[in-house]
Amino acid sequence: MENMSPPLYELWEILKKNRLAIAGLTTLLIFFLVAILGLFLTSGKNPIYDPAKVRLEAKLLPPMTVIHENTLNTLNEKDIPPFRIFLFGTDHLGRDVFSRMLQGAWVSLTVGFVAVGISVFIGIIIGGIAGYYGNKSISLDYLLLFIILICGLIIIYYKKWLGTFILLFFIVATSIKKLFKKNFFNFSILIDSIIMGIIDIMLCFPSFFLILTVVALLPPSIYNIMVVIGLTSWMGTARFIRAEFLSLREREFVLAAKAMGVSDLIIIFKHMLPNAITPVLVSATIGIARAILTEAGLSFLGFGVPPPHATWGNILSEGKYYLFDAPWLTLIPGTAILIVVLAFNLFGEGLRDALNPKSRD
Amino acid sequence: MKDTILELRGIKKYFPIQKGLLKRTVGYIKAVDHVDLFVKRNQIVGIVGESGCGKSTLARCILRLYEIDDGKIFFNGKDVTTLTKKELKSYRQKVQIVFQDPYSSLNPKLTIKSSLMDGVKQANVEKPKRIEKISELLELVGLPKDSMHKYPHQFSGGQRQRICIARALSLNPELIVCDEPVSALDVSVQAQIINLLMELKEKIGLSLIFITHDLNLVGYFCDYVYVMYMGKIVECAPTLDIFKNPHHPYTRLLLDSIPGKRKQRPDSVFINKQDSQLNTQCGFAPRCKYFSKKCENNLDLREIEKGHWVRCSLI
Repeated sequence: MENMSPPLYELWEILKKNRLAIAGLTTLLIFFLVAILGLFLTSGKNPIYDPAKVRLEAKLLPPMTVIHENTLNTLNEKDIPPFRIFLFGTDHLGRDVFSRMLQGAWVSLTVGFVAVGISVFIGIIIGGIAGYYGNKSISLDYLLLFIILICGLIIIYYKKWLGTFILLFFIVATSIKKLFKKNFFNFSILIDSIIMGIIDIMLCFPSFFLILTVVALLPPSIYNIMVVIGLTSWMGTARFIRAEFLSLREREFVLAAKAMGVSDLIIIFKHMLPNAITPVLVSATIGIARAILTEAGLSFLGFGVPPPHATWGNILSEGKYYLFDAPWLTLIPGTAILIVVLAFNLFGEGLRDALNPKSRD
Repeated sequence: MKDTILELRGIKKYFPIQKGLLKRTVGYIKAVDHVDLFVKRNQIVGIVGESGCGKSTLARCILRLYEIDDGKIFFNGKDVTTLTKKELKSYRQKVQIVFQDPYSSLNPKLTIKSSLMDGVKQANVEKPKRIEKISELLELVGLPKDSMHKYPHQFSGGQRQRICIARALSLNPELIVCDEPVSALDVSVQAQIINLLMELKEKIGLSLIFITHDLNLVGYFCDYVYVMYMGKIVECAPTLDIFKNPHHPYTRLLLDSIPGKRKQRPDSVFINKQDSQLNTQCGFAPRCKYFSKKCENNLDLREIEKGHWVRCSLI
């Protein structure tokens, strides 16, 4: 332990005292284990737990239903789940809810991590630019050229001729600018105010409805959902990173590195980012919980991962028609979502308390 | 005569004061205002002045951490204000800085080894020799070799300042700017750091710019002193001259303020009327007890003895 990075060791010491956080962490570890096991048990050609197997004679069985010799003897031998028990019962098509929950755990895990990974990545880059290069100003010429380039690249994806035309215009405009070597608009804007403006605009959208709109336009797939959730939730990270970078930029060790002629990229990634990452970690932990909830909500509304792939959201969604006949169909995925989200939140808050310098007395 | 290593000519750094929604510039803070400064090889030059008079800004201008608004910096006779990126890198190898606060000068998340590695890499030391070079540097500043695996929080303030000096030395510089390197340390540690710097000066042939507000230190080990007030050099002379024969009223005030040497109780700070009402360009006028009509005259640095320059209309 002596040579462990000191903040990490200290962090663990403080975190250990927070029982709720440790409970959250334990739950999360179990969840990871289940999700990874679930991936292996439910995928492949002949999975041990088959989440898509339809058994019409065994529908809406309550949890803990054991298959005896004399009950359900019409059931095909290879349709019987391991240990001859429907642990969480079956749904309206006789599919094993336990298998479906296992498959859904992996979806929730990947959606949470990939979406937050994307959002943290974008947030760090955009926040880093705003924080480190924010006090530089960009002339309106370059800004307009940049916007034309981006628009051209987007439009060429949908309408080839229009996009090509815009890109040609971009090339002509750039070469004219190169030729004259002067700015046509005598006006420049701080990079920081541009980026903060974009962030504020993004924050104005009610994000769930933005996601709904985008998902409705895109073909339904689990990857689209991850990307869309990631693309609409980077603003918090960007703000954290910008705020930290603004104060770190003036710190002596950063100035010393600059004075030594160390390149900007090394300064940002070796000296500044490790010192700015802690609030991001906390918000990312809670962000994972939010992403899992968003995915469940989308699946519930039918915009999520397309069937037959099971997610906790669409198990819940399909179960709602049998709320009174088979309450376990909604209760089990609902409780699972609740526990995982709660665990992420508790762990995230514990992490925040542990990272707070005031708690280090 | 020793040759000049660093020469500043009319350095200016103004910070704009911005107000309102549109960030209109309503005025400037003249942090550094037409400063000329010379450093000779293997010489220790002191810059003294009160807090906020622009000493640290000047240091950062010398290192090109701030873009200067006007003026020229010559290093070994070469103008460094118009360098390309590549040339700037080689300039930065030759001029290094040691900061005031040893607690924030080292990255808390990195071991001493990786903090020093930056400089060693910049100095183009070959890969297998880097670790060796780092332990050499640590020995040079009087720290054990195995401290390279520790983190900054495991060191005391004085040790950290030694590490900062080692970091500055890692690039084999010719000039080190010390921005109040000892004012955050207690007196016994101060002496150690000062002795270390003097030793390095003798051993490696460094030149030093030593920024401080402690005149005792200046008297102890600087060869030449610049006194700064409100962004301007008000007096400069060899150390002995300044101590024996101070001319500018501000220098006298500083010398009288050395604890133990004080002859009478100091006057209240502002003895004259407010700045704008005084008909003079002299920044010190509101505090000057010799203020008179003569102060309306021109205010250039004038050489009154050989190597002794003063900016005061009265002399």
